[in-house]
Amino acid sequence: MINVGIIGFGQSHFQTKRTDVTFPELVKEGADLALADAGITIKDVDAVVYPLAPDALIGVGNGERWVIDALGATGKPFMRVNNGGATGMSAVLTAWTHVASGLFDVVLVAGADRVSESGSAQSVLNKMWDVGYERTVPLNTITMLALSAQRYMHLYDSDETDMALVTVKNRKHASLNPYAHLRTPITVEEVLASRTLAWPIKLGDACPASTGAAGVVLVSERYAQRNNLKPAWIRGIGQNSETYWMGARVGEKSQGDHADADALAHAFDVAYQQAGITDPVTQIDVAEIYAPFSSVELHVIEAAHLAEKGKSPEGLRNGKFTLGSSGPVVNPSGGTQCTNPIAVTGTIRVGEAANQVLGRAGAHQVPHARVAIASAIGGDHQFYSTMVLCSDLEEIS
Amino acid sequence: MTSNKNASANDSSAERFYEQTWDLQYKHALGRTVSRFLDGLAEGKIWGRRTTDGRVLVPARSYDDLTHEETGEWVEVANNGVIEMSTVVYEAFNGLPKPPYALAYVMLEGADTALVGYVKGLDLSVQSVAIEAVKIGRHVHVCFAKTPTGTAADYWFELEATS
Repeated sequence: MINVGIIGFGQSHFQTKRTDVTFPELVKEGADLALADAGITIKDVDAVVYPLAPDALIGVGNGERWVIDALGATGKPFMRVNNGGATGMSAVLTAWTHVASGLFDVVLVAGADRVSESGSAQSVLNKMWDVGYERTVPLNTITMLALSAQRYMHLYDSDETDMALVTVKNRKHASLNPYAHLRTPITVEEVLASRTLAWPIKLGDACPASTGAAGVVLVSERYAQRNNLKPAWIRGIGQNSETYWMGARVGEKSQGDHADADALAHAFDVAYQQAGITDPVTQIDVAEIYAPFSSVELHVIEAAHLAEKGKSPEGLRNGKFTLGSSGPVVNPSGGTQCTNPIAVTGTIRVGEAANQVLGRAGAHQVPHARVAIASAIGGDHQFYSTMVLCSDLEEIS
Repeated sequence: MTSNKNASANDSSAERFYEQTWDLQYKHALGRTVSRFLDGLAEGKIWGRRTTDGRVLVPARSYDDLTHEETGEWVEVANNGVIEMSTVVYEAFNGLPKPPYALAYVMLEGADTALVGYVKGLDLSVQSVAIEAVKIGRHVHVCFAKTPTGTAADYWFELEATS
């Protein structure tokens, strides 16, 4: 396979609403920012991959039709990708296969979201559940993760304070990231006092509904060499899926527990094997992992093997995973918990990880970062994407 | 007269909005397996289907999510079981029921996968009391609608008096 690297990452300053642009204009912002960062124009792009989660969130059917010109994709090969919350990263993985196959040298991934234009986001997301068996119960992305959080607390003797520690860390990180949506630091007490959405998830544990755009540019090794570019190299990728039925993730005969993210752990293992990562805690400098709620970050840290199962709260209590601590720093950008433009959230994870290994992350840079991981989760903890990035192509030891 | 590209009429206009509501209708075929499960609710029965390796999937599914093989025998499971996970919702969401309400996945006796439903008959006004009432391990039983609608809304859970 051909080595693939990331040479450009652009993102908006995320906020709740944007009224200065139409949705396609917002998508163009993502494409323009990514291309400008890469130092190329749309003429240099061989193919375009477009991430867009459920159409109903933006209120337009087949939204890929609407934005084709905004992406500069007319006259080029084009694909839309939808994998729920993993969409923005699945699109990057699609672009990776485009380049790794040798078919294309330069592929643009760009998109946008503005979740807050619909007042019915959780009603839209409720439509994920089975029409015969589960739709009469008001499941949504908050309740499905509240169930997971409750099981995690039960299995590992954890509590709501552990969740709050995640929020405190991420908000502190986001305060250093000028692109993040929620940038105000918060205390454990404030998180615990915030109103309950679906217990144990409170407002202080939840991501915002963000508006903005993002994009990345992927290139082949031969293109990078020809143009003297120094990309963030993609050293490993993984994907995995889990059963549709949440009720099949409990009990003695289940394959994995809804408290954990075992299927994601497998996707990390696959990426680690490709990259030659054998000891994640010492070999990984930065993790940009998708966790829209504080509770999710606890078990994703464990799925990435940065802590034993049930032990990430202990790490947080000891100051681990925070900027300035030794060992891997988790979500130095503030992560999905502080910025969640659903369609491109996964794209941002990859872009932030790329910036880190290239030393371009600004105030939230992890010093001397060489190896970073990124991940995303879509559906009902169902579609998993993982990636290992490195500043070079040398052995990771 | 000179033109100034940076000060066109557009820039000073108030930004406008377009409002829409989607009102889409569907009539989903539920197939033979789901239909039979729903018929069972009218008789006060919860049906599962046995997989080739002997697990009982509840609610009944015609194929196994783990092996991709067809399921076989219909198995009636008990109307009582244990809460495997639950939440109490206090936030209102557009288009979804008015809070508070409690939801749980329950492992019924004889089943190997959990069934989701409302937990009714609880006072949810005090959060700490409510979450303790539906905590993992609580024993519940299935209740059935007196006037079945032919949908999954025909059953819900209530706490066992002894739990």
